[in-house]
Amino acid sequence: MSACTQTITDYGLRAVGIGERLLPRDDFTLCQQFTLIGSGMIWNVYFGIVALIFGFMFATLLAVGKASRQRVFRKPAEWFIFLFRGSPLFIQFFFGYFLFLKLKTVFPIFAPFTAAWLGALVVLFLNTSAYSAEIFYGALKSIPKGDVEAADAYGLSGWSRFKRVIWPTMLRLAWPAYTNEAIFLFHATTLVFFSGFPAWQQRGDALYYASYFADKTFNPFIPYPILAGYFIILTLCVIGLFGFINRRLNSHLPSNTRQRLRIRPNLIR
Amino acid sequence: MACYLTTGKHMSIYWSVLTVLLLLAITAPTALAFGFAGASAARSRVAPVSWLGRGYIALVRGVPDIAFFLFFVIALDQIIEYVRHRAICPDWPEPVRQGSDFVVCQAAKMPLGNAPQWVHESYGFAIAVFTFAIVFGAFAANVLHGAMSAVPRGQIETGESYGMTHRQTFWRILVPQMWVYALPGLSNLWMVLIKATPLLFLLGIEDIVYWARELGGIKTSRFTDYPHGDWRMWYFLALLVFYLIFTRISEIALDRLMSRLTRGQATTGGEAQRKVGLT
Repeated sequence: MSACTQTITDYGLRAVGIGERLLPRDDFTLCQQFTLIGSGMIWNVYFGIVALIFGFMFATLLAVGKASRQRVFRKPAEWFIFLFRGSPLFIQFFFGYFLFLKLKTVFPIFAPFTAAWLGALVVLFLNTSAYSAEIFYGALKSIPKGDVEAADAYGLSGWSRFKRVIWPTMLRLAWPAYTNEAIFLFHATTLVFFSGFPAWQQRGDALYYASYFADKTFNPFIPYPILAGYFIILTLCVIGLFGFINRRLNSHLPSNTRQRLRIRPNLIR
Repeated sequence: MACYLTTGKHMSIYWSVLTVLLLLAITAPTALAFGFAGASAARSRVAPVSWLGRGYIALVRGVPDIAFFLFFVIALDQIIEYVRHRAICPDWPEPVRQGSDFVVCQAAKMPLGNAPQWVHESYGFAIAVFTFAIVFGAFAANVLHGAMSAVPRGQIETGESYGMTHRQTFWRILVPQMWVYALPGLSNLWMVLIKATPLLFLLGIEDIVYWARELGGIKTSRFTDYPHGDWRMWYFLALLVFYLIFTRISEIALDRLMSRLTRGQATTGGEAQRKVGLT
């Protein structure tokens, strides 16, 4: 038991570079696998949360752009969404990494972008923006006509109409699909360290450590189920949080017309 | 330049494009079969079979798919070797797992150690296809399960009132009608499947990602230097464009198919088509 506490203090924050420098080499214990894979989850959570927050804002902008009547706004938004939804995230990671490498030789300011913490984050951010923008755009198109007419009747227009009527309704309609997108995003973060971005000093994410153990022990039946367990917990947390927000968004509606969250997680992109 | 892009090494990247297409051609029907089996199992009235079907759908969907890809390739390989090991050399004295090693007798190796190179490659490819089929089968099972419950209940009841058995209503009424409801989900799945093909790289297949990295690099081996700097960015840009075009073509084709299938159907889509035709 005390050996395990020692392992946790050694490797609990290994993924961010705190604690023991060397990874265990042989005689892997169950405790070590749990601790290291769990410590890798820090990266998955970091990538997921930051990309989700920034992606949410950019996606709103893109969705409004795509729904705009003016070509100047509509065309770039349409192309952006097509570009990132039409190609595999895996290739996007590779391309982004080599693009940043190239830019680094010309402008030294791009040096941090070749590291996973920023470069992969940018790719994930752009990717989730495109997917969420498509969801928001769909919701924007299905806002009931009556809601907008009522806003007009109250004399709301322009920014205040958007802020008070259109945007909240869009969010409410888009939320179940957006929850699925958030779950996808967390699952997609596992691709980062398999796609060119180097795991500097072996600071990787959960899947990186899981495959490390599977490679070393030739036994996939222990590390991958541990990883699966962690991800199921993470998914449940996301569902809980988004379900709470969903109830807030729907709280003004009579209870029989509320949208229930339908969780249909996990399709690769 | 044109000459450089047709060297022997470059031919292998064009071949690997065919590998991707072959994978899609084999995986799509196999995954559909898996999905159909899973969905019908989930609908079964025998509780354990139903649990099996539902468990299959739920498990594969809850976990990141790459984890599944990485897991199944080793796991399948070891299961096959273990079974062969038990069958071929039953009087092997040592345990199969020795610390960090997985040891089976020589005759049980899969493929055999003295097999030619192409056997190794196609064995790896077969495992990859099977893994894709398992993972995408679960997604397809989910879509088909939804489609089966979308078929109006009255249709099945009508069948029952004609004295059809459970099996007959399933094959003669439910299955022919569910495809219209399943098509949007299945076409979405096809898009996802296209975008999942680069993951072949993780399964150790020499696919387009592998070759793009190899050929774009400054030098890959001690013997051959490529006459250019780091071109990997351009190779991956080409891959990006390839996938974009491929998705676009499938999108157009699937739209056509959908409009063919909805013609004359009693759904909002079919109704809209009829109205356009009238005016």
